[in-house]
Amino acid sequence: MYSYEQEVVEQADNIVHMNVGPSHPAMHGTLRVKMQVKGERVIKCDQEIGFLHTGFEKLGENRSYNQFVTLSDRLNYFSPLNNNIGFTVAVEEMLGIEPPRRCQVIRTILCELSRLADHSLCVGALAMDLGAFSSILWTFVEREKLYDVFEAVTGTRLTTSYTRVGGIAFDVPEGFEQRVTAILDSMDRTLGVLRDSFYKNRIFIDRTQGIGVITPEDVLAYGITGPMARASNVAYDMRKFRPYLIYRELDFQVPTYAEGDCMARFKVRIDEMAESIKLVRQGLKLLEPGPIQYQDQKRTLPDKVSTYRDMESLIHHFKIIMPGEEHGLHPAVGEYYGSTEAPNGELGFFLVSDGSGNPYRVRIRPPSFINYPVFPKLLEGAMLADLVAILASFNVIAGELDR
Amino acid sequence: MPSPIVFDASRLAVVEEKVKARFGDRLLAHIPHPYYHQFTVDAQDAKGLVAFLRDDAELAFSYFIDLTCADYLKFPDRPSERFAVVTTLLSPKLGVKVQVKAMVSEQDPRIDSIADLFAGANWTEREVFDLYGIEFTGHPNLQRILMPDDYDGHPLRKDYPLRGRGERGNFPVYHAVPMDKAPNRPD
Repeated sequence: MYSYEQEVVEQADNIVHMNVGPSHPAMHGTLRVKMQVKGERVIKCDQEIGFLHTGFEKLGENRSYNQFVTLSDRLNYFSPLNNNIGFTVAVEEMLGIEPPRRCQVIRTILCELSRLADHSLCVGALAMDLGAFSSILWTFVEREKLYDVFEAVTGTRLTTSYTRVGGIAFDVPEGFEQRVTAILDSMDRTLGVLRDSFYKNRIFIDRTQGIGVITPEDVLAYGITGPMARASNVAYDMRKFRPYLIYRELDFQVPTYAEGDCMARFKVRIDEMAESIKLVRQGLKLLEPGPIQYQDQKRTLPDKVSTYRDMESLIHHFKIIMPGEEHGLHPAVGEYYGSTEAPNGELGFFLVSDGSGNPYRVRIRPPSFINYPVFPKLLEGAMLADLVAILASFNVIAGELDR
Repeated sequence: MPSPIVFDASRLAVVEEKVKARFGDRLLAHIPHPYYHQFTVDAQDAKGLVAFLRDDAELAFSYFIDLTCADYLKFPDRPSERFAVVTTLLSPKLGVKVQVKAMVSEQDPRIDSIADLFAGANWTEREVFDLYGIEFTGHPNLQRILMPDDYDGHPLRKDYPLRGRGERGNFPVYHAVPMDKAPNRPD
């Protein structure tokens, strides 16, 4: 509330009210930060969110389980495949079905490729926001190649909607392995360039080292997950905690750093990209011919080609798609919380089923929404210019923040 | 490098035993899932159970994962109360998760805030207040977070229509007053 007396006091103290966002190039989407600044120091900080609120959870209650996959694309729109797969894995665990081997291997490979795409954007944008413009061009080149692969596999670049409950929409195209291997090699080189350019760069170190330090206690109390938690020495990764898909068979490390500052978050993401490259290489070796759908036609959509060609598949297709008591997918009455590791952290789905074809309640536990509240604590007392570095290291995505 | 937190199914029994010993008949339900256990309590016991889970030296559920809500208004097998506030916690020490489900009544949608125990509950409780209209007593800043401040109603309640309060045509249209009909300005 405005008061003249207060303004006089604040002016005497040289306190300036400052507003950044919701539409500002450094705010990564639609975030708004209100600050009180004294000189270059931020003394108070307040966030406002909700500009991109779309009501996915309300919509989800009025869509069937397979239809919700398209909504999940729009959560974290830098890695839609992770959201597709995360939601489908949660539903499959609730139904108690396990897709065939080839489907799981393909999902794992695409999960990691999507993580590479997400991290490469975040890493490039962090350096770009601090003035090193070339970095985003290097990482965008790699991201474009990955998006070309996603287009070849799923048919779209951004809104992939690739998974179905019990399987995936299409098999990977011919030449998939060669294309991916070529990208991994060039991605490896780009990671080397990023390490060479920034790990010992005086300007970059000055802007990121010791800035925005999150303590391990704060990580636990705020529920921060993903690379941000691992940069603060909390080695929590859903892929190790509870290996889903085929992660149990793969060999990978969970990189952690003890510092908890922006530099550590930058390094954790680069290390994770190196681990993802390792994981994809291992996954490609396990890719063997086989079915890609769960072999129960009462619960899984038949593949599109056979839907067009034979009568039986067409009937099964309609039985799954049609709404109503006798059609569709009907999980038993109950509740289930299933979660997977998205690029930003734990992506959880709390599903309540009332036995009908639509979920009764879909709670999305978005990593960004849980990671973002700690932001004012880091900024208060810091310099105004640190706002950009801290925010870019968070990788807050407005789509899953506001849902 | 610290070793990763790994899920340990054998520790689920420890949690079940300790919670049952402490809360006994105050537990309304206990549902074991493969990866976590869910305990249902009344709204007034919820904060006590969360604090017990966090502060007990052996359990140490210190990692906040999620807080959300569900509205059972149209549920076929309706539970005792209309709303349930569901809190998910993780114990880095034991490597298991736990869910606390607190039943909140329709007449008095009120529950103790756990924002003083877990800083992460601050925003999630604001979200539940915004979308379900459940009041968290003791919350430091209970305001709407996703919807606008002057919004009317709680959209995720089951009796709130999917299409909201309608679209553009459902709202009155205000026309600017023509110049000749405009009242004189008090100068």
